[in-house]
Amino acid sequence: MKITPQEISHVADLARLHMSREELEAMALQLDDILNYVAKLNELDTESVTPTTHAISITNAFREDVVKPSLPRDKALANGPKQNGEAFVVPRVI
Amino acid sequence: MSLHRLTIHELREMLDGRQVSAVELTRDVLQRIEKVEDRVKAYITLDPEGALKRAEASDAELKKGTGGPLCGIPFSIKDVLCTDGMRTTCGSRILENFVPPYDATAIVKLKAAGAVLLGKVSMDEFAMGSTSENCAFGPPRNPWDTEYICGGSSGGSAASVAADECIASLGTDTGGSIRQPASHCGVVGLKPTYGRVSRYGLVAFASSLDQAGPLTKDVTDCALMMNVISGHDAKDSTSVDQKVPDYRIALTEGLQGTKVGIPREYFIKGLDPEVETAVRQGINSLREAGAEIVEVSLPHNDYCVAVYYIVAPAEASSNLARYDGVRYGFRDRSSDTLLDIYKNSRSFGFGDEVKRRIIIGTYALSSGYYDAYYKKASQVRTLITEDFKKVFETCDVLASPVTPTPAWKLAEKIDDPLSLYLSDILTISANLAGIPGISVPCGFSSAGLPIGLQIQASHFQEEKLLRAAYNLEQRMNISHLRPKNL
Repeated sequence: MKITPQEISHVADLARLHMSREELEAMALQLDDILNYVAKLNELDTESVTPTTHAISITNAFREDVVKPSLPRDKALANGPKQNGEAFVVPRVI
Repeated sequence: MSLHRLTIHELREMLDGRQVSAVELTRDVLQRIEKVEDRVKAYITLDPEGALKRAEASDAELKKGTGGPLCGIPFSIKDVLCTDGMRTTCGSRILENFVPPYDATAIVKLKAAGAVLLGKVSMDEFAMGSTSENCAFGPPRNPWDTEYICGGSSGGSAASVAADECIASLGTDTGGSIRQPASHCGVVGLKPTYGRVSRYGLVAFASSLDQAGPLTKDVTDCALMMNVISGHDAKDSTSVDQKVPDYRIALTEGLQGTKVGIPREYFIKGLDPEVETAVRQGINSLREAGAEIVEVSLPHNDYCVAVYYIVAPAEASSNLARYDGVRYGFRDRSSDTLLDIYKNSRSFGFGDEVKRRIIIGTYALSSGYYDAYYKKASQVRTLITEDFKKVFETCDVLASPVTPTPAWKLAEKIDDPLSLYLSDILTISANLAGIPGISVPCGFSSAGLPIGLQIQASHFQEEKLLRAAYNLEQRMNISHLRPKNL
């Protein structure tokens, strides 16, 4: 398999990243290397193996549905690059 | 007297006996930082005023006799754990000015036990790396030889402990990031069982693998820190509600009746002969302490790097979607559409390795590839976990190397991501299976660089692991050694 810079460009777009021509080419080679290595997983027959989603077996962690203290709005907004005291501000979307 | 060289347990006795005050101790460590930091470069953010204020409060508590188990002890914290009011960068430009509005639960617990926070230490950006060279603010150095890497990603934690720029540190481990730098810097580093320590406020890299844990000067200190940071947390639904024992009590028993497995697959081709010699000596010490040594097999270990470099980037690509220039972190001010804000902020804010992993993860999860990569990797993850289950039916702990080689020179492997990834082959499986692992100093290379021995145990068997580590430490008797030329 050979990953093309075009494929990387598509993936970068999905990940909301800009990449220069050189970056795309370098990344295509590196990803190709890594995926070639990862292909060794295909040596194993995993047809009947259940995938691990969680390292230790825990069931749903429920709690009472009650309101508890949380961050006050001013603190939650304090790291916002642009905010108006009530909400984060971004350029008009619609 | 060089107070900064001492351990938590030695200093706690001195503080309790009023032989030294917390302020004197903190001043001494701050002076040490001033003396060596321009060579070690462990700290990203240092807060001397805050630390001294906190030390004064500790002295008041010590006087009243109400001081907690870590009262007055100066700590460094990996810059990936949120600290209320103290900048937390994750080693990234995108969070260069981020000041968290709350403490991570592990930090709440350290503070409640009386710890004095000195500041935040260096790391690979978002904990992605094995050398700490992926830190946006420059790499920390190995205190044993500052031409060498200190390991990563908790490199600043390990370096600051080894250089006596703190008494102990809190780091995190997603694929070896506590154990590997501990090994390279000659300190003790423990990755607890997944779910033993709350991840609340630990900035997420790979949520199913991340775990916070201690880096300390000896095994006793490690146990003391585990007593404080372990336990269930309602704010982390993956933390486990299981009783926290007094880990220090477990230490001093001998190893009679303990079965130590030596996984054949960990003595891989490419294992440095000096590492192998040191580790074999360590294993002999365990035998002398009464342990029975048996060879065991973990047949799927060879696949762990391939599994990890799908699972971890997949989780990371999702976790790092939150850095969008909207709610916190860097925003590119020149962008005038929302999409441009996302793209420009992320492209400027993230370094190369973080981008690489986001691309790998996004690719592996993207339409048409999910089954081939993520699902396949998660299935092999199950096989790796089952290997451990099987060996722990007959063994109490496993002993092995931590890393295939001692530390290497800065910049030596920076352009070859795959060869760097492969250097994690002895530590990654513990994260995939969720089991605990510790690195304990067991020797030195001919170049004078430290070598660690890894002990792993089954889920929540930290007591067994610490007992074996303590016995090893007593017999090796090298934990008190410090870099000479610093």
